[in-house]
Amino acid sequence: MAGREPLYRDVMTWRATKNALAGLLTGLAGGLLLLGLLVIWGAALVSLARGPGGWEHAALYAVVAVLILVLVPWVVQGLSALQRSRLRATLGAEIPAPVRPLRRTGHQLAYHLLALFAGLGGALLVPLFPVAPGLATWVSQTDERLARSLLGPGRRETLAQRVETLARSRADLVAAADAERRRIERDLHDGAQQRLVSLAMNLGMARERFESEPEPVRQAIAAAHDEAVLALTELREFIRGLHPAVLSDRGLASALSGLAARAPLPVRLRVDVPRAASPGVEAVAYFIVSEALANVVKHAQATQAEVAATRAGDVLRITVTDDGYGGAVPGEGTGLNGLAQRAAAVDGTLSIDSPPGGPTVITAELPCES
Amino acid sequence: MRIVIAEDSVLLRDGLSRMLTDGGFQVVEAVPDAGQLLRAVAEHQPDLAVIDVRMPPTHTDEGIKAALVIRRQFPDVALLVLSQYVEESYATDLLSEAISSVGYLLKDRVAHVRDFLDAVRRVAAGGTALDPEVVAQLLVRRRDDPMDRLTPREQQVLKLMAEGRSNAGIVETLNVSPSAVEKYVTNIFIKLDLPPTTTDHRRVLAVLKYLGS
Repeated sequence: MAGREPLYRDVMTWRATKNALAGLLTGLAGGLLLLGLLVIWGAALVSLARGPGGWEHAALYAVVAVLILVLVPWVVQGLSALQRSRLRATLGAEIPAPVRPLRRTGHQLAYHLLALFAGLGGALLVPLFPVAPGLATWVSQTDERLARSLLGPGRRETLAQRVETLARSRADLVAAADAERRRIERDLHDGAQQRLVSLAMNLGMARERFESEPEPVRQAIAAAHDEAVLALTELREFIRGLHPAVLSDRGLASALSGLAARAPLPVRLRVDVPRAASPGVEAVAYFIVSEALANVVKHAQATQAEVAATRAGDVLRITVTDDGYGGAVPGEGTGLNGLAQRAAAVDGTLSIDSPPGGPTVITAELPCES
Repeated sequence: MRIVIAEDSVLLRDGLSRMLTDGGFQVVEAVPDAGQLLRAVAEHQPDLAVIDVRMPPTHTDEGIKAALVIRRQFPDVALLVLSQYVEESYATDLLSEAISSVGYLLKDRVAHVRDFLDAVRRVAAGGTALDPEVVAQLLVRRRDDPMDRLTPREQQVLKLMAEGRSNAGIVETLNVSPSAVEKYVTNIFIKLDLPPTTTDHRRVLAVLKYLGS
């Protein structure tokens, strides 16, 4: 182990030295080319301003000035590509090109001019590179840092890309979690649930058949049957909590109608969703209503509730209203935070209006494309 | 009484066969999908078909579609549909064809052997057997109509009528006197503007109104 570190450092120093020497050449060449072009351009402009002798000269200066103006961004892009591939080859540094490179021409031009002066300075120090590893490393690091900020995409572009990547990866995650829930639902339905129905049915038959057996036997069978029925009910609730099959088979309206019917208080339901949202968004809508109704039952002391699902353009709006005593505050173990998180997972929002004395209105707005 | 069973899970198909046989019924054939169900019904002309809703190939509503075909082609075959979950459009589809000899129960109900066999007998005898959850769900959608005129108790009685209970059955379930049930039933008929014909016919009309079909 002890021997590896100096070796590693040597390798790094060697790479830095290589990079600095290569940078010296490319920097000098590129910088001089650009500087030359700029000088010619400046001279043409100055000559134009001074009033050239004859229109032929004026035309020539003007053509040169315009030509260079067009040429420079093109040369800059070429040089930037060259410098990026140099950094990749010598340091293994990956510097992404900006999506709209022309907008970053100024920054890139600055890098190439800096590289020229660094190259000129570096040329004086060339004899020192082999004996001054620190110097080579410093030059290399500075070079890389400059290249990253001047040759790469700008801060705004980087952030925009990052946001896009994050949004996409989060949407993928939500969709994957959703698909996984559906898979587990199907597995449980095809496996454990069928078996449990069969078991409960068999115990039920035994219960009917052995009615003339002694009391303890009958009791044991009855207890087992009751237990199996209870397990079946619990499993059904659990599966429904994972992913309600009715949602994939028949859509949001049917699934919400089931929720409203099962609620232990009267629920008025209004669904006006002419175009279905994506399965992921519909699942979020379903679970928001499910949890909101559970909350109403648990906390609001309401006598009735109303659920509305409407779609306006690209927004699916869910409202759950109850006539309870209000005063619901997120973050007090009421499950309201969970609702907000579910909405946020699909870029939606959730608001709660719950003045003391009620009524409480929970509104979720979920964006859905097309 | 002769029965055909359609259920894709081997375990439940066998279990149902055994339970119905034990219950004194004759299971003439048990099949795993809708195609074979239609074939078996045409072949045996049974008194009743017990049909699972979710069957291959799509595992969504094959059973309901097959049931509707049977109702049109063989109106004498009573239908008892078993579903994983309550879906009111399934129930209203079924009931739109005819209100008699039809049942829609959650699959879990087969665990309550005695109730289930009762439902089979009721449906085979021309009655209805709707799962309480189906009825609750139908009620959610129908809160704005004449049903509002009924008192909660009368709604409860009508709900039991829709589930297929007789007056005696309602007396037993609600634990009230037979004369009280008579009174509720009469009130329901009056409030739903049902003409005074034979009681049985008005009963069917009341349930129909209740189901909004």
